[in-house]
Amino acid sequence: MRHETVNESPGPRAAGDAGGAAASTEPAYLRIDNLWKAFGEFLALKDVSLRIGRGEFVCFLGPSGCGKTTLLRAIAGLDPQSRGTIHQDGRDISALPASRRDYGIVFQSYALFPNLTIERNVAFGLENARRPRAEIRARVAELLALVGLSDQARKYPAQLSGGQQQRVALARAIAISPGLLLLDEPLSALDAKVRIHLRHEIKELQRKLGVTTIMVTHDQEEALSMADRIVVMNHGVIEQVGTPVEIYRHPASLFVADFVGETNKFASRSDAGTVRLGRRTLSMARDDFADGEPLTVAIRPEDVLPQSAGEAASGPNRLAVVIDDMEFLGAFWRTHLSGGDLGDETLIANFSMNAVRRLNLERGASLTIEIPVERVLAFPGEA
Amino acid sequence: MDLRKTSVAFAAFAGLLAGGVAHAQTELTVYTSFEAVDLERYRETFEKANPDIKINWVRDSTGVMTAKLLAEKNNPQADVVWGVAATSLLLLKAQDMLHPYAPEGVENLDPRFVDSDNPPSWVAMDAYVAALCYNTVEGEKLGLTPPTSWKDLTKPEYQGHIIMPNPSSSGTGFLDVSAWIQMFGEDEAWAYMDALHENIARYTHSGSKPCKLAASGETVIGVSFEFPGAQAKSKGAPIDIIFPEEGSGWEAEAAAIIAGTPNLEAAQQLLDWAITREANEMYNVGYAVVAYPGVAKPVEHLPEDIASHMIENDFEWAANNRVRILEEWTKRYDSKSEPKD
Amino acid sequence: MSADATVLPAGRPVKLGLDRDGLIKRLFMVLIALYLIVTLALPLYAMMSKSFSTYEFELQRYAFQVSDGEGNWGEPVTAAELNARLGLLDEADLASTSDGRLAATELFPDFNFRSPVRYRIRGTVEDAPYLVGLEYHNSREWQEFDSNTFRRINLRPVRSIGVQNYVEYFSTPSLVSSIRNSFFIASVSTVLTVGLAFGFAYAMNRSCMPFKGAFRLIALMPILVPSLLPGIALIYLFGNQGLLKSLMMGHSIYGPIGIIVGSVFFTFPHALIIISTALNISDQRQYEAAEALRTSKWRTFWTVTIPGARYGLVSAVFVTFTLVITDFGLPKVIGGQYNVLAVDIYKQVIGQQNFEMGAVVSVILLVPAVFAFMIDRMVQKKQVALLTARSVPYSPKPKRGFDMACLAWCSLIGLFIVGIIAICQFAALVRFWPYDLSLSLNNYAFNRMDGGGWSAYTNSIQLGLLTAFAGTVVIFIGAYMVEKVQGFAAGRSFFQFLAMLPMAVPGMVLGLAYIFFFNNPANPLHVIYGTMAILVISTITHFYTVGHLTAVTALKQIDGEFEPVATSLRQPFYRLFSRVTVPVCLPAILDISIYLFVNAMTTVSAVVFLYSTETNLASVAVLNMDDAGDIAPAAAMGMMIFYTNAAARLVHAFASRSLLARTQVWRTR
Repeated sequence: MRHETVNESPGPRAAGDAGGAAASTEPAYLRIDNLWKAFGEFLALKDVSLRIGRGEFVCFLGPSGCGKTTLLRAIAGLDPQSRGTIHQDGRDISALPASRRDYGIVFQSYALFPNLTIERNVAFGLENARRPRAEIRARVAELLALVGLSDQARKYPAQLSGGQQQRVALARAIAISPGLLLLDEPLSALDAKVRIHLRHEIKELQRKLGVTTIMVTHDQEEALSMADRIVVMNHGVIEQVGTPVEIYRHPASLFVADFVGETNKFASRSDAGTVRLGRRTLSMARDDFADGEPLTVAIRPEDVLPQSAGEAASGPNRLAVVIDDMEFLGAFWRTHLSGGDLGDETLIANFSMNAVRRLNLERGASLTIEIPVERVLAFPGEA
Repeated sequence: MDLRKTSVAFAAFAGLLAGGVAHAQTELTVYTSFEAVDLERYRETFEKANPDIKINWVRDSTGVMTAKLLAEKNNPQADVVWGVAATSLLLLKAQDMLHPYAPEGVENLDPRFVDSDNPPSWVAMDAYVAALCYNTVEGEKLGLTPPTSWKDLTKPEYQGHIIMPNPSSSGTGFLDVSAWIQMFGEDEAWAYMDALHENIARYTHSGSKPCKLAASGETVIGVSFEFPGAQAKSKGAPIDIIFPEEGSGWEAEAAAIIAGTPNLEAAQQLLDWAITREANEMYNVGYAVVAYPGVAKPVEHLPEDIASHMIENDFEWAANNRVRILEEWTKRYDSKSEPKD
Repeated sequence: MSADATVLPAGRPVKLGLDRDGLIKRLFMVLIALYLIVTLALPLYAMMSKSFSTYEFELQRYAFQVSDGEGNWGEPVTAAELNARLGLLDEADLASTSDGRLAATELFPDFNFRSPVRYRIRGTVEDAPYLVGLEYHNSREWQEFDSNTFRRINLRPVRSIGVQNYVEYFSTPSLVSSIRNSFFIASVSTVLTVGLAFGFAYAMNRSCMPFKGAFRLIALMPILVPSLLPGIALIYLFGNQGLLKSLMMGHSIYGPIGIIVGSVFFTFPHALIIISTALNISDQRQYEAAEALRTSKWRTFWTVTIPGARYGLVSAVFVTFTLVITDFGLPKVIGGQYNVLAVDIYKQVIGQQNFEMGAVVSVILLVPAVFAFMIDRMVQKKQVALLTARSVPYSPKPKRGFDMACLAWCSLIGLFIVGIIAICQFAALVRFWPYDLSLSLNNYAFNRMDGGGWSAYTNSIQLGLLTAFAGTVVIFIGAYMVEKVQGFAAGRSFFQFLAMLPMAVPGMVLGLAYIFFFNNPANPLHVIYGTMAILVISTITHFYTVGHLTAVTALKQIDGEFEPVATSLRQPFYRLFSRVTVPVCLPAILDISIYLFVNAMTTVSAVVFLYSTETNLASVAVLNMDDAGDIAPAAAMGMMIFYTNAAARLVHAFASRSLLARTQVWRTR
């Protein structure tokens, strides 16, 4: 089973060495080993192991119910795991109560204290450590400046916009300089514009502070744009760990291919390093399948390359198709292909504006497409 | 164990240290059902005569007081009861809760006012006597003639115009029923009550209420006792207090020592004083009948010869037959729930 | 997915270590759970077991010896043998009560008190009590009596365990009839109250009639007075000297009519609040749809309004039913000869000192109360689900005819409520009803009456304040622990169960249970018996559930993530609690305290068994003064409670407003 190989030893592509900040020579900052979580009969986490390097920004990505939040809450000590261990900075925190762990947390709901002003909210974690008042005040001012809310200090949370509130929550969480920053769907409650803006800001802040950060999200775009590495989860197991590019370009499983980005799927069978698509056979890079093994072929829409009118449809991995329909989506045309070599299958392709203009593509037109060998992804089993 | 007493002792000790008290003073917890208005006067008179004893009154109506005493059976809080119905004290006696003691001069009292055993378990101070309160204004409106005897009450003209206390919850009610049985004999008494029941508007929980209801015109005749009648009259109620010619049941308000009191000497001193002539004169301010012969002077609104209306009341018989009588009474009259008005 | 096949490896589940916070929280929860166990579960258990505690004459405990005329003694024989030989007494004859007596002569059919025969009696075991006359004997030594004295010997029953009390209860018609009466009264009152309250709530929610604010104030007035007060008012209105006696057309107000009218009065606001809430959540869009479909008004009412309010109606029915069937003050005052369960408990305990039978009636009263409570809880859960659905609130449009009809309906009910309270005030000021209607303050000279005097009034205020303060602290902290503590799930659901339980326990039952539990010298908590403390505790426990629900609702509205955030900021929970939770919940906290205060001022049922002479209460004084026939002073004291509660409400409203203005600036944007 594939997910097991992923979990037990990070596979060739999922290995930490490819990850941005995760230097393989340094011991992992956060080490999760064989974590299980049971809610009654239901297993929310199944034997999850993971390493996160110091200063890394990691996203837990997956559909709802995949276990990503459960994993985060186990790390935070809010809902302890049923089995397994967690080490943070070399310290075994598996059974430590939340209050003795070292992290700051930001929730989707912001969880700002409504009856305290912004500055009191930010100061909340600073106030009991017998710090001099002046020092606290200075620190709060510094934090508010950091998140760009210096002029809002005396206001109450309800007087702020959602994005501002989330920045306050962030300032509050990092006020105590935690070793680990946990973000639980921090942007989900915000509208699209604010979300994109804040993505950038959070990432900037994280980089500036160098704090190891884990963010839970179900939004692949968010994960791809922010994370150093992404942990894709499904049904309580890690499907793949990798940089955003790895995850996108080389999904380790059909689930990942399907969940991250868009993909065309075809049921097929392996035949000496080729698969059938419609009336043609496509070569693929992988050849570790037994002949006749049922496969699912996955092709991303942007990997379908339109050929100039003169190009022959007979070359390797080339197909003659007809344009069924085209939707204009701003940056590109979403094009529905069928007929010709596709037989009964249909294929969705994203063609750039330029290509469409250059090749004069329009509804009903015939054209030749090429799917590069290394972009023909195949996964065992039928979808 | 007993925190309350310990703390009282502690407080007393503290008071001693403060130099406020020159000599030891015994505090007695006295349970009573004396009228609320009388309590302060009684305490003052007593403490003047007995400066070494201090009284802490705990007052409630007879029924509640009795329940409280019985409930505290295994851990009594009172040292003395003073001014609680003799019938209630008999209940306590039957539970071995009283400390028998013959107070000094007990031989001076009317023997009806002293427990028949020797030494007596209780001695009485005064008596209240069953009487009818008759509202003359309402009676006239309805064209009724005032009754003169118990038997009169069964006349059809009074139907729905009589209120009496429920014997199972009121001591006054029970003394009426017990007196009727003692006077008329068992069978005749029940026949009488059957007939009476036809005329009763309702039975109350308390013994003084029927008289007060008569005083306010809620009913014409209240079967009650003389004290609330006199009280109501002095407030200007248009009532006559009638002592039925057959004679009246009565109840004594008595005093007794609670067995096991740590303040036995003081308790005995209280009982000694409680039956003195001086004390009896004190009771006579409100009560027409007192235990010390020759003391009683007439009380306003009440006839002089009340004592002559009192029947020979056999407390022992009443106490030993109480459960049986009440069971019978409840069976006959309590289940008829519809009021006849 | 193939992953479904994987199974959790064997091993112990990971348990987080307890930090100081966790320890403190658990300690608090255990403490408050213990509080509820001690003040609720154990007393109820004591009461249950008391109801099975019976008294019976145990004949094998006594032995007799009889002489002939010459003084030659026969063989000793036990009373049991005598009875078996002669077949005199059967089981039922030997059953008794704590005050029972069995004449020894019953065992000697040919007894003659003039005969020269002498008798001896002794106990065969340690505990064999008997009376000679009224003197208590309990000895294993032979005691000798002549026949004239022997006839004065009564055997006393000893305690045992069995269902005999229940058998006795169900074979006593006067007691059993109370069950039927109670159900009858409760049912009729419930139908009337819910009907009237529905009309009132409908008018308030669906019409544009004027004076809505005033009507709301008036409708809630009955909450401020003890349930006995309408009884007293009805005496002055419809009694034999009542102002409106002719309206009774010869019927007596003393009895079911009086109880029902009074019950409608004091349960009205409770039903109204529930039904109003239910009508409030109805969806305007449904009415618009009905209108678009040209549905008739009548049909809309039955297909939209009633179903929308159904949970509220059902809940109102059960709450009203429970209030009426467990109320004791009103039938005590106005019930006349009409026996109901709650009054039976009082009669058995205070009137006859038959605690065992009181316990039996309590258990019987507990059954419908618990049943109604369970149904109400089920319905409430569904109502909450309805509430959370998004809807557009209904906003009525003026319709002259309908609005006037609503105004008339509400005016009638308002007049009824105001009339009841006004007549009480009038009666309290009259010198001597009905013969001297000049005004005086004589009836306020409480110190000259039964019931505890003015100190009863100050005691009540003390009780109210203590209950409001201590109760709010206990209830709110308890609710916080249930709502906001992580883990410890079993403990929390047990606690939740305990917190809901008081609502199902009638006050009379609780009070009686307290006697059994606390008035036991073996109980170390015995010291609080007869003190203000037991009154405060019983009142808090009696009214725990509503306060708990209020607190839980408020806490639920607080973001559940405050605790994890505070923990991650390494702040102790009590800092979050005091800096955030309490300030945010302040409105609810104030509501709980005023609720406790008002109820502490008006409650009679639990405390009537628990007050002592030093801790007399105003509400109990109303009862006792009425009991003694001092009805006008009872009305006067009842009005003192009314004014005090009204003042407390005003202070509460004022305090809430100014506190909120100061601490809840954040609520306004």
